[in-house]
Amino acid sequence: MSGGNIVARLPFPVAARKELGDAQLRANLRNATHTIRDKRLRMVGEVPDWEELRRSGAAIKDDVLSRLPELLTQFEAAATAAGATVHWARDAAEACAVVTALVRDTGTAEVVKVKSMVTQEIGLNDSLEAAGIAAVETDLAELIVQLAGDTPSHILVPAIHYNRSQIRDIFHRNGLSALTDDPPALAEAARRHLRAKFLSARVGISGANFAVAESGTLVVVESEGNGRMCLTLPETLISVVGIEKILPTFRDLEVFLQLLPRSSTGERMNPYTSLWTGVTPGDGPQTVHIVLVDNGRTETLADDVGRQALRCIRCSACLNVCPVYERVGGHAYGSVYPGPIGAILSPQLSGGGANRTLPYASTLCGACYDACPVRINIPEVLVHLRQTGPHPPAERAAMRALSWIMRDRRRYAAALRAARRGAAPIRWATGRRGAVRHLPWPLSKWTSTRDAPLPAKQTFREWWAHERTR
Amino acid sequence: MKVALFVTCVNDLVFPGTGRAVVEVLERLGHTVEFPVEQGCCGQMHANSGYREEALPLVANFVKTFDGYDAVVGPSGSCVAMVRDWYPKLAPDSGEVVARTYELSEFLVDVLGVTDVGATFPHRVTYHPTCHGLRMLRLGDRPRRLLESVRGLELLDLPGAEECCGFGGTFAMKNAGVSGAMLADKCRSIVDTGAEYVAAVDNSCLAHIGGGLSRAGGPAKPIHYAEILAAS
Ligand code: SF4
Repeated sequence: MSGGNIVARLPFPVAARKELGDAQLRANLRNATHTIRDKRLRMVGEVPDWEELRRSGAAIKDDVLSRLPELLTQFEAAATAAGATVHWARDAAEACAVVTALVRDTGTAEVVKVKSMVTQEIGLNDSLEAAGIAAVETDLAELIVQLAGDTPSHILVPAIHYNRSQIRDIFHRNGLSALTDDPPALAEAARRHLRAKFLSARVGISGANFAVAESGTLVVVESEGNGRMCLTLPETLISVVGIEKILPTFRDLEVFLQLLPRSSTGERMNPYTSLWTGVTPGDGPQTVHIVLVDNGRTETLADDVGRQALRCIRCSACLNVCPVYERVGGHAYGSVYPGPIGAILSPQLSGGGANRTLPYASTLCGACYDACPVRINIPEVLVHLRQTGPHPPAERAAMRALSWIMRDRRRYAAALRAARRGAAPIRWATGRRGAVRHLPWPLSKWTSTRDAPLPAKQTFREWWAHERTR
Repeated sequence: MKVALFVTCVNDLVFPGTGRAVVEVLERLGHTVEFPVEQGCCGQMHANSGYREEALPLVANFVKTFDGYDAVVGPSGSCVAMVRDWYPKLAPDSGEVVARTYELSEFLVDVLGVTDVGATFPHRVTYHPTCHGLRMLRLGDRPRRLLESVRGLELLDLPGAEECCGFGGTFAMKNAGVSGAMLADKCRSIVDTGAEYVAAVDNSCLAHIGGGLSRAGGPAKPIHYAEILAAS
């Protein structure tokens, strides 16, 4: 069982239609993704052994996936020995129940959070709210989205779909005043708002980018320093971590701390890297809980081809280079994991309904595979997932018929001849344009945005037979 | 060398001129081309759309048809990528023919060592590198080098050249809206170059781009680069 905010409500083409109509959104996305994309390329270009680093990253993660139970047990033992309490959650509901109970036990009604995909995935904020606990997002972009009553649309830049003046309006509506829409002024308004929250919060909730098995250490990589406040100021820290975040040894971090910042923000090094291991008496949180979340990961692990999606380090490079993401944004994917990685991860973590349309939300152009720091062959997994999906009966029938025809030379030649002949009257009707504007269903989907070409007057094999064989 | 032409199904039915152009270029360079009539479709449409079972007989037919040739040359980045990238995964016994299947530019530049094929085409041309040629086959600048050696041809840079045109096989129909948005951007870049022709290594992408240009009424025309190389 798995669940939470992974399942799309609308099929991708339907959700995409709505987003495509928003010209402002497309302009915002184009600007933002192209800026990060170019920066990433520059930073990656600086590293002479980038390809070797990618291979190492992929190999370390593959090793982790091949012996995950063993490493998780090792992590639990090390973290426990360092004074943390480790909890296990099979699915979203269980994870939310564990965290909510832990917060309730502290008697507090407000928690501060540092950005964490997995808490989005399990829908933690809603669960806390239902228990009368307010969760304050402290990552600037996440805060913007929360204040707007919206959902994130990008893994790393959740508010990527807004521009500065839209953000200023959102702040104003929520009583955060910024005099101008300059980024420093907006950041200052957020800082004042958050500072009060940090100083009063007794519980912090975090995710983790990595969890080191040999030492029980958790790692958070961030840009703003707000995470560090969440991790050190409250008395109680609850970290919610997907089971695939494990790395075997401390040394392995070396590879990922090079791969992650360059791939995600296009920086040589991220400004803040926080590592903590259990409890340190008299310093930082005195109660530390770690909730290890499965939520569909074990099932994903069982698939030979699909499991590579679990190598993902959530850098978002694949989103920023994806031409489909660039046109429709994250909301069209309907899941907390948007873009190319979402198209392969969401259907695997939770396989039904509208998520089945996600593997088709790609042209298989391969830009994501080239960008991915851990070499996830996203096109390969997309095609693999398309094979397991239910196919529309008319499409299945057509594919079967075409396969039957195309595998036999006589049937194939006859079909080509028939298609060529059938097109003759249409060609005559279209005159010199030689292209068709409207075709009947299902080809009408082609002619909705572009003209269609017509079969030639003579197929190639007819020409060959006529000119070359005698 | 015993060279077989793999013409691809789209070329056979809709763009036979591309197949004729490959024959013309290879013969001009002194090679004998054979066209094994047993050939059908490579199975890309089936495999990429999730119909593995339906693709397998087509894969088997390809392997059987082209086994025994020194080289198989196809004027399509995506069909050749299907053979080279996917066949070993779909059918582990697909054999050596996979490694001997070349996209035209690879065959000309790498195997024959030729960049000037003796063509003349006095026009302004821009080149769109299609995704499978670019990222699966890693054709690199081979097609551009061939075009640059054509007499009279003025090669114009295409801004955002490496961005997908939005075709993607059945994607163009299943996600027609997104496909159309990507196409619109690609067509705008092409028209802005002021080129008379947009060339590419794949007629399927060109059919999509050409359909967009024709709908928008732009002056640029799609052309398969093999047809430029065959022009004299
Ligand atoms: S799939 Fe690769 S590129 Fe995409 S977010 Fe994950 S690690 Fe980054």
